[in-house]
Amino acid sequence: MERDITLRVNGRSYDGKVEPRLLLCDFIRHDLTLTGTHVGCEHGVCGACTVLLDGVPVRSCLTFAVQANGHEVMTVEGLSSDPANLHPLQQSFWEAHGLQCGFCTPGILMTVLPFLEENRDPSEDEIRTAISGNICRCTGYQNIVDAVKLAASKGEAARLRASVDTEDSPFDQDGGVL
Amino acid sequence: MTSTIPESDRSENAAVHHTGETRSFGKRQKRNEDPRLLTGQAQFVDDVHIPGMLHAAFKRSDYAHAHLVSVDVEEARSMPGVVAVYVAADLGDYWQPSPLLVPAPPAQHVVFNERTAGPLARGKVRYVGEPIVLVIAESRYLAEDAADVIMIDYEPLPVVVDPAAGLMDGAPLVHEDVGSNLAAHVIQSKGDYEVARAEADLIISRHFDYDRGSAAPMETRGIVAQWDALAHHLSVWDSTQAPIVIRNMLAGMLGLSQRQVRVVAPYIGGGFGPKIMMPYPEEALVPWAAMRLNRPIKWIEDRQENFVAMTQERGQSHDAEIALTKDGIILGVKDVFLHDNGAYDPYGLTVPLNTQTHLLGPYIVPHYYTEFRAVFTNKIIVTPYRGAGRQHGVFVIERLLDAAAKELGLDPTEIRRRNLIPPDQFPYNNEVIGQDFTHLTYDSGNYEPVLNTAMKMIGWEEFRSSRPSVDGTKRQGIGLVMYVEGTGIGPYEGARIQVEPTGKVTVVTGVGTQGQGHYTVFAQLAAEVLGIAIDDIYVSTGDTAQFNWGTGTFASRGATVAGSAVHSAAVMVADKAKKLAADELEAAPEDIELVDGFAQVRGVPGARISLSELANRANPLRGAVQPGTEPGLEATAYFGPPMQATAAGAHAAIVEVDTETFDVKILKYVVVHDCGRVINPMILEGQVHGGVAQGIGNAFYEQLVYDEDGQLLNASFMDYLVPTSMDVPRIDVGHEETPSPLNPIGVKGAGEAGAIPVGALFAQAVEDALRGTGVEINVIPLNPSKLWELVRQARLDMQGLP
Repeated sequence: MERDITLRVNGRSYDGKVEPRLLLCDFIRHDLTLTGTHVGCEHGVCGACTVLLDGVPVRSCLTFAVQANGHEVMTVEGLSSDPANLHPLQQSFWEAHGLQCGFCTPGILMTVLPFLEENRDPSEDEIRTAISGNICRCTGYQNIVDAVKLAASKGEAARLRASVDTEDSPFDQDGGVL
Repeated sequence: MTSTIPESDRSENAAVHHTGETRSFGKRQKRNEDPRLLTGQAQFVDDVHIPGMLHAAFKRSDYAHAHLVSVDVEEARSMPGVVAVYVAADLGDYWQPSPLLVPAPPAQHVVFNERTAGPLARGKVRYVGEPIVLVIAESRYLAEDAADVIMIDYEPLPVVVDPAAGLMDGAPLVHEDVGSNLAAHVIQSKGDYEVARAEADLIISRHFDYDRGSAAPMETRGIVAQWDALAHHLSVWDSTQAPIVIRNMLAGMLGLSQRQVRVVAPYIGGGFGPKIMMPYPEEALVPWAAMRLNRPIKWIEDRQENFVAMTQERGQSHDAEIALTKDGIILGVKDVFLHDNGAYDPYGLTVPLNTQTHLLGPYIVPHYYTEFRAVFTNKIIVTPYRGAGRQHGVFVIERLLDAAAKELGLDPTEIRRRNLIPPDQFPYNNEVIGQDFTHLTYDSGNYEPVLNTAMKMIGWEEFRSSRPSVDGTKRQGIGLVMYVEGTGIGPYEGARIQVEPTGKVTVVTGVGTQGQGHYTVFAQLAAEVLGIAIDDIYVSTGDTAQFNWGTGTFASRGATVAGSAVHSAAVMVADKAKKLAADELEAAPEDIELVDGFAQVRGVPGARISLSELANRANPLRGAVQPGTEPGLEATAYFGPPMQATAAGAHAAIVEVDTETFDVKILKYVVVHDCGRVINPMILEGQVHGGVAQGIGNAFYEQLVYDEDGQLLNASFMDYLVPTSMDVPRIDVGHEETPSPLNPIGVKGAGEAGAIPVGALFAQAVEDALRGTGVEINVIPLNPSKLWELVRQARLDMQGLP
């Protein structure tokens, strides 16, 4: 009953064989070993597992891997997976102390990135509304809000999906086979 | 400054963005751990992947109290992909009640009935969520499939949900062999409360209730265990606050040497207390099964499990009384309370003891009588959760003072001011026994400036003198409360520091870290002493292969206790380096200073030698050394404080209550905090923000709701409301600084402070907003419907109606 799927993650194409019930978060984390995406509640409330599906934030714990077949996924590693070379959005969170334990952070970054694309100069209220579907238990949100403001102030750079390959034709390179 | 480590070998601590800054104590230093966390390159327990790894799932009790008539696992055993299914009987001699972590205190009157749980229930279950069966399968999906088909025949028993009902004659017994549901009974006193009562002009008595919440760390619990049969070595990755103690326990239970077991607490997604409980049943079972099956096994708690299987806190009810003069001077306090202990008591009495000690606050209370009964109930076990009983004590004294102020026509800040311990009375002995079993003594403090700063920052006088007029259904109120927090208790922590031949420095310590910034703060402490850049320091925490001794991260003690050990080890290394350099440079050791990675003769430019070179010379490969010489530029230090360091603070807020919906909006929130010297104000403020957020949840959003059958009704984030970015306001933080004399760096703990007084503040401010309605708030958590109920009841009371 396994299904073949092909999807693009952070610009790279992957083929996989998955059970229909396999969650996208488990596929990303365990099959692709992209463990930056975290699972906090498995019922779609906390937002820790947020990834971009064709550019739109989704809960990867409420999405089946088969639903991502033929689609483009972006995870936190797609911003930058190199600690020595942070994406401007990641850099802003570092500078503003926008994280403590860091478990919710990848989901928040993946929520904020498309938000900043839509809203280039957000107010505090708009930022708070944008991240209200992401629970953080450590920071009290204040420094997260400040980190988003800081990123917005950096302009275009923070909105770039830096390492994502934006070529039009999908699945034509790398061909990572699981 | 040079760097000789290849890029690929650098740790997160050694790599990024050299600043060259070496004087960093007190600076807003960005955190070393963040680049890895921000890029998804920090390993949490669930990120551990081992080839051939199996997955565990648990079948847990559906009943709060029931005899187990039969447990049928046959079908589960035959399910595809299932490798093993274990019930209590399968554990043989490995089935043992878990150890008592904290013994009863040496207080005046103590009864303590120790009852701890075995890893799997046998005979009967005592709370919903108690594990009954362990299933191991090739995937988590298959393990859960198998757990689902396990048939358990229960014979339900009457349950104890409410502690007061649990102490009544004829109540069902959680543990029949105890003969009652009394887990503990402790009486402590200072002076003689009856004397205070006899002299008092005013006596105020109140009943207070404080209910349960969940710490709800974003990362649930989890454990991975791998037995290497050829090396005879067990590796465990555990989302715990106490890896060394877990290591020691596992070695003992599994018949291994401590050196055969390595426990790593990698990056931890929040702890807040419940991850200091140990061993949880899952922690005892997964390594055991991994050895038995000779396969790596992973268990990750899911969120619903977390609500019924991770320890909780906060259920207490108090009958309290305060005796005062007509000027509002406290003569004495009497407090008698019940503590909801849950089904077992492995963590001893830390939580209710904290309640007893923290009720005294920053005030002179000449006479104090405090008595509690801890009660076994059919609910998940209670162990410390950020604040750990301090909330309740603070709530009781602050609410009593508020009631007294009203009665005496005093401003709430004035009654507090009149009772503060003056700065010349430290150390101040409060006599009762605290959680560290010492007589409660405040090491240092200066409370009036804290009060003054908080009043100024919140705009107390302005608000009170020109109250905003009522705006439609919205009414504003102001509040200010004070507290002390016993922090940084013993017994000890240790640290080892080594200057490596590259000039890089390693700092290792046993405490685990759950987001508090230890990687940065410990590096700052070492950098300060050794005169090296923060970026040249690699910090290791929470890995028993790196450091052998320690107790854990709890009681706001990381910076205070482990931080002091880091400082002391750094001083020892510095002394060693100065001595070696003095020989090399033909100078006196006291003339050597450590600057920018070099040991140099003070005032003699050019007369210097690098720490890197000294590290090489301290570890010669050939030749003779003087007797007594220890190799390497390395030192290990331990630090154990004689008693707790007492931090203090004030929280103030302006709130707006909508009298139609009874929603409460926090318009302004101020924290003034004194935790001694501040190592990193940015991290400290972050700790405070997060604590306040949890306190706000505790005060107005979060409550674990049990029905009369002991079922938790809101075991999901849909129903248990953790505050979001819409609920937590901006928090202005002010600092006062009264160094602690108890440790070499003068610091006090700060991890829990933010969470402690929020309930008391919320009650006072909301009550102020609702002044004129007769409402008095003596219960936490609140929520809109509870507020509405209180207002309605107050209206009926004022009309003389039932």
